[in-house]
Amino acid sequence: MKVGLFIPCYVDVVYPNVGMACYKLLRHLGIDVEYPQGQTCCGQPMANAGFEKKGAKLARNYKDMFEGYDYVVAPSVSCTAFIRLHYPSLLKEEGHACNIAANTMDMVEFLHDVVKVDKPLGCFPHKVSLHNSCHGVRELGLSSPSEIVEPKFNKIKDLLSLVEGIEIVEPERDDECCGFGGMFSIEELAVSKQMGERKFLRHKATGARYITGADCSCLMHMAGVAAKENIDGGIEFRHVVEILASGL
Amino acid sequence: MSTSHSKAAMRFLEDQNYADWHDKTFWGVRTKRDAMVHSLEEWERLREKASQIKRHTLTNIDTYLRRFADAAEKNGTIVHWAKDADEFNKIVLGILRDHDAKKLVKSKSMLTEECELNPYLEANGITVVETDLGERILQLDDQKPSHIVMPATHLSHDDVGEIFEREINTEKGNHDPTYLTYEARLSLRDEFLTADAGMTGANFGVAETGDIVVCTNEGNADMSTSIPRLQISAIGLEKIVPDYEALSVFVRLLARSATGQPSTVYTSHFRKARPGADQMHIVIVDNGRSKWLADPEHWETLKCIRCGSCMNTCPVYRWSGGYSYSYFIPGPLGINLGMLRDPRKYSGNVSACTLCLSCQSTCPVKINLGEQVYIWRQQLESLGVANKEKKRMCDSMAALFGNPSLYNNLTASAFMLNSMPGFLVNSGINPWAYGHKMMKFPKQPFHKLIRKYQKNERNEDEDV
Repeated sequence: MKVGLFIPCYVDVVYPNVGMACYKLLRHLGIDVEYPQGQTCCGQPMANAGFEKKGAKLARNYKDMFEGYDYVVAPSVSCTAFIRLHYPSLLKEEGHACNIAANTMDMVEFLHDVVKVDKPLGCFPHKVSLHNSCHGVRELGLSSPSEIVEPKFNKIKDLLSLVEGIEIVEPERDDECCGFGGMFSIEELAVSKQMGERKFLRHKATGARYITGADCSCLMHMAGVAAKENIDGGIEFRHVVEILASGL
Repeated sequence: MSTSHSKAAMRFLEDQNYADWHDKTFWGVRTKRDAMVHSLEEWERLREKASQIKRHTLTNIDTYLRRFADAAEKNGTIVHWAKDADEFNKIVLGILRDHDAKKLVKSKSMLTEECELNPYLEANGITVVETDLGERILQLDDQKPSHIVMPATHLSHDDVGEIFEREINTEKGNHDPTYLTYEARLSLRDEFLTADAGMTGANFGVAETGDIVVCTNEGNADMSTSIPRLQISAIGLEKIVPDYEALSVFVRLLARSATGQPSTVYTSHFRKARPGADQMHIVIVDNGRSKWLADPEHWETLKCIRCGSCMNTCPVYRWSGGYSYSYFIPGPLGINLGMLRDPRKYSGNVSACTLCLSCQSTCPVKINLGEQVYIWRQQLESLGVANKEKKRMCDSMAALFGNPSLYNNLTASAFMLNSMPGFLVNSGINPWAYGHKMMKFPKQPFHKLIRKYQKNERNEDEDV
């Protein structure tokens, strides 16, 4: 099994450690992982702003880059969801088939559903509040959405439970949006900030020392708002994979 | 880079206490909905069934409309067809004049809001009295609904108390909800007894039987139709369901989704004029619907049964209120219906969505409301209403990301932003800085770090 690692633009620039944690964890699990150089962005920021077609070239680059891999994995649920759900139609318009879109997975999905990790991973003796990102919940099915009547499950929680010493909690309104929304955070400044602040405060109310999630962009948004409002109270943000890989 | 919605939302959020109360109030409705639906194990099957019935009915709407009208006429009801709001208003006025009716009592109808029936009738000498408590409060204060199911929930009991003191002479300072409701009943009772005509909207029209089905909690539709000698019911053409079996699915979904009740207090079927009354009229209204039905990308919005659950769950609605949307229906549904109505006029609402998709997960008839917003955004440019600044921003992003070596060069120096003076980075030029403290950029991006790491890995391998 050959796996390509996709590190989306903002993770590359703002959260390089998250990328490193992915690489190290996959190697630790004995997976043949490669990181092809020359990666940039999946095109989601333009698409959510209403200019999906401006990302067509990026979709083509992505396809060319990853076509030979069995899976592509990324530590960002909304980029993953965008690729999987929108690339096929985007590339079809360009006259390309895109088989790799269906095999693009979020790190959590990949570890949970393909690798089926069930052995102890890392050590993180802290209380952690879990942030369930919208596109993870409602597009990739990482957990059961609170709106839907079905048996409860949460793949992120399943994986985190393998970490030694960890205490996992969830905030009240456990899958309500944090208000990032890509271009939304630029266009709807006031609502975005309000939602981010309230979401952060719900995480904080759990008494957790860390907030974790499968999407760095939600974490980046909440961290920025909490710092601006001086309400962070020393709470730190970690991507799920950083916690899974801690101590490895 | 603001929109009509984002500007209005910013004003809404200036009063944080009110905004908090607004969010909690509507989240409370969502919570009641959750408690109710999670007690029904067949909930998701019901949603799917409802969606399929709506798809089927809408794609065969010509047949079902004909069947509905035939059944209604056979019952002795007089059926009218209105192609638009103007025709609808004229038909209603014509019926009232034929019967020399001067006063009309109405139960709740968003269709009459859509067609602006009340001002039209009033301008033509008809006295119109809303009888749904929320609608009555708004009418007394000359306000518009801020929500399609709970139109006056944005008001507190003090607000209502003050309106009643002024308009129906209640005791000064007595804002006790039970007292205010009692006074509203007394004042409405008088209106019911003196009205010449009663009007209802319709939650459903049953094609097989010609029934108009109206769901209320206050019984005001029943009062409106039980006392006056003339009844008029208005129905949007998309509200037809085939038969009672289909209706039973929607009746189970509607109140649970809307208010978290197992059913509304009253589910009333109106089939013909009651004994002794003059006539019952049904006006079937198109007003754009048949055109929307032909829109391959957006027609499913017509499946809506107007439960309002997409508004209650929408965090943007809860944090910005119904009046921040420029269309008369707010929230995810309103964004989509506004765009169907007139994209040039209502595109300022399309920004009001984080694409969290909670709306479509609650929607009892499975309209893909959030995905619809995404599609509308893609269409803004061809509709000529795309924001130029946003377009330029996307052009720059496309140029940067489309060129990996340019991207690598620029990102390699991103950390230099850390040492820029805070007043530059955290300033108004940078919209991110409105709500966020700027992030610290690490010295090296991942694509550089990994190169070094892999080099070390290879060296270690060679050492072994």
